[in-house]
Amino acid sequence: MAKITLNGRPVEAADGTLLIDVAKQAGVAIPHYCYHPALGNPGNCRMCLVEIKGAPKLMPSCRVRVADGMVVSTESPAVAAAQSGELELHLVNHPLDCPVCDQSGECGLQDYYMSIGRYKSSMVEDKRHFEKRKPVGPRVMLDQERCIACTRCVRFLAEVSKTHELGMFGRGHQERIDLAPGKTLDNPYSGNVVDICPVGALTDRDFRYQVRVWYLDRSDTVCPGCSRGCAISLHTSTQRPWHNGARRAARIKPRFNPEVNGYWICDEGRYSYKALDRDRLGKVLKLKPSRAELSWDAAFSEVSSRVKGLLEDHGPQSLAVVASGALSNEDWRSFKKLFVDSWKLVNFAFDPAPDQAGEEDALLRRRDKVPNLKGGAALGFGDQIKSLPWESLAHSIEAGRIKGLYVVDRDLFGVWGAKTPGLLEGLELVVFQGPWKGSTGDLAHYRLPATAWAEEDGGFTNFEGRSQGYRAALPPVGDAQPDWRIFEGLLAGLRAGRAE
Amino acid sequence: MKIITRHFDEPKLHELAVYRGLGGYEGLKKALAMSPADIAAEVKKSNLRGLGGAGFPAGMKWGTLPPQDKVPGPRYVVGNCDESEPGCFRDRVHVQRSPHQVLEGLLIACYAVGAKEGFIFIRGEYGRQYRVLMAAVKEAEAAGLIGEKILGASFSCKVMVMRGGGTYISGLDTALLESMEGKKSWPRQPPPFPTNFGLMGLPTVVHNVATLAMLPHIVAKGGEWFAKIGTPKSGGTMLFSVSGHVEKPGVYEFPMGVTLRALLQAAGGVTKGRALKAVIPGGTSTPPLGPEHLDLPLDFDSVRAQGSFLGAGGVIVLDETTDMVAVCRDIISFLTHESCGQCTPCREGSVWTKTILERMLSGRGRPEDPALLERAAGRITGTTICALGDTVGIVLKAYLKKFPEEFKARSSPEGERPGMEARV
Repeated sequence: MAKITLNGRPVEAADGTLLIDVAKQAGVAIPHYCYHPALGNPGNCRMCLVEIKGAPKLMPSCRVRVADGMVVSTESPAVAAAQSGELELHLVNHPLDCPVCDQSGECGLQDYYMSIGRYKSSMVEDKRHFEKRKPVGPRVMLDQERCIACTRCVRFLAEVSKTHELGMFGRGHQERIDLAPGKTLDNPYSGNVVDICPVGALTDRDFRYQVRVWYLDRSDTVCPGCSRGCAISLHTSTQRPWHNGARRAARIKPRFNPEVNGYWICDEGRYSYKALDRDRLGKVLKLKPSRAELSWDAAFSEVSSRVKGLLEDHGPQSLAVVASGALSNEDWRSFKKLFVDSWKLVNFAFDPAPDQAGEEDALLRRRDKVPNLKGGAALGFGDQIKSLPWESLAHSIEAGRIKGLYVVDRDLFGVWGAKTPGLLEGLELVVFQGPWKGSTGDLAHYRLPATAWAEEDGGFTNFEGRSQGYRAALPPVGDAQPDWRIFEGLLAGLRAGRAE
Repeated sequence: MKIITRHFDEPKLHELAVYRGLGGYEGLKKALAMSPADIAAEVKKSNLRGLGGAGFPAGMKWGTLPPQDKVPGPRYVVGNCDESEPGCFRDRVHVQRSPHQVLEGLLIACYAVGAKEGFIFIRGEYGRQYRVLMAAVKEAEAAGLIGEKILGASFSCKVMVMRGGGTYISGLDTALLESMEGKKSWPRQPPPFPTNFGLMGLPTVVHNVATLAMLPHIVAKGGEWFAKIGTPKSGGTMLFSVSGHVEKPGVYEFPMGVTLRALLQAAGGVTKGRALKAVIPGGTSTPPLGPEHLDLPLDFDSVRAQGSFLGAGGVIVLDETTDMVAVCRDIISFLTHESCGQCTPCREGSVWTKTILERMLSGRGRPEDPALLERAAGRITGTTICALGDTVGIVLKAYLKKFPEEFKARSSPEGERPGMEARV
């Protein structure tokens, strides 16, 4: 352990820790741009200069490792002057186009100007001009003029994604970030460069000009995009409904979790928020034989009595349940209570079909694109209760052994394609429950709206068996209810039916 | 007293036979009979200072290498011939006239620090000098002076010559190493220093080629002999590149501590008998001295005491007709052009101050400009990764302090402007 003095206060830290990290742990935030805990410390932004007793000049705290007896000041007049001076130099050629910049409100230059800058600008010369709008990839826009050359993006693409699309070109004041010849920034993790850019040089083409960041609400949640379960924060725009194209969800940003995703998320997860405002179900509907809107109570009692009738006539093998790994741990529990314990069903299908399998890599992405098959596995789904192969489920329906289907948040067109309507047509009862109607919803007798992950509290268990809770970020759409409440409602409805 | 340039008048000195005929490679022969520790002791005794600009004692630099039993494995010596400072041209003359002297020094240094590979990094623009040096390396290899079992001793050493990509910054040791590794020559932020983390992360000694060329003479004649030539703290001689407003510009070798007056005399005095206005002692990145410094002994410590640096001995003489604001503009323009762009103060500060100076010289100066320059200079000084970045601030401050009335004259649109504008 090294005992150092930080701003007159004794602080202890492990030998060899970077001074900037030690200060952060001790509650002293030292300004910095180029340093990023996951991307090293080139020491080029010079914002983190501090005074160390005995050193001939101010030292960059991102490069200094603590040693016993070090006396450090981050508040001395020399440090304040140097930091504000560096900020001025960062800004002399910065376009100051904050009013049209998407980074505005979460910009390192703005933040430090207000906290340590506050100098009177003396720049009267013409500013340097580079390319203002360069789409470097399908998802990222580069503004070379706003760049402060911290090289975080270059280092991310070299060290984390290992794809090397961006580099530093030119020399001196003509130096700028640009695409390497022949490359496009379209790797599966490209969105992260926008997050780590401390200024507005790299902006998200998806988020550009949609909503100002100060109108956003942030909720800590877990990404439902695959079985990794990355920590994310969902940014929603509900204060000004006319912003963001009238959509509620505005963007997803990664949240630091050293155990799961570090600082990063993949682009698939990042843009998965769009589904939250697309094709959502909000009404409890009876679609066959004729379309009618139902109350939840009516739906619970009708569906449970129809199920009861079906089971009495044909036995528990006659109703199959299709589920997806998008259910939360809580949903799975009620799911089991209803379908296994109460209705005593035996035919379940929940394995990911080809439409739910995707690309996998060594960094974050997992092959199965549903978040919580493990939550079901913990209750025996997969082990004691096997998933019916999709093909044999289809055969059983064709052979008339299965007469009813309860579909939970699963678009069967993804599994059976064009065969699906023919298969579902002959069934006595099809219930569809889910947040998105997909094409299957239209073929059901009853369509029950469920909340999406962003509209409920819950938890996912990722592929390693790690359970992570998430909080509701948005109110439900229409009358939608969490899946588990629907299961519990049906359970009560069935009991009520029995009591009759 | 001449050491390095002693035989420069020999027309074929670059040929091995001529060089050996004049006593060349005797130093290496003697060195190989000594222990590396003895050589290091002689170098320490000689008070040899690094002649590339910083003036760091060469013996002390070797002393910072990790001991070989603690850090085994390869270590390197690099001869820095990336001479790019305006006003400095002595290494060009040196390598062209006497390449073997540089190679001999490099081999001795390799032997003394335990390196089996030595490098010369030569400025990309020095095409002719590169060819001369390569011819010398081939000759030396053929004669068994480079390669396996040199001169029959157990010491083996390879020598490689690398050409720079044409940047000023590569002259700085850590940037040079980056360039040698095939990267963009961005200086590294020390610590660690190259002697601990150098080429490919291995212990590396980087010396200016002039420093290396002193080694054969120190070994041959002893450290004490060498120390006696210079001042008590800087042994031996210094090679000065004298240019600017003098009658006979060229490379002059004098013992450390020679006065500016003596040097100017040797160079034929100020051109056309004009009065002296300023002397830049060590290349454009060093603050200028004035006529009051004519009797200043030119060695690292004396010049430093006057607020300037001896640098690499690039003496630029400026006569009374020179517009010092224009000189300052030219230097800052050069530094702006050559800034590597890695760290912010140099990248942004250089171009900002250059633009201000250009505006002042174009007749659009404002009364607040000198103070603004002073303030910008203050923001650059002491905050950069490398010493060359610092230079922008140091040079500005020096010119503002030494020639305030010239800056003031440029500070108003109607200001009196001197009629002449000279470029360095």
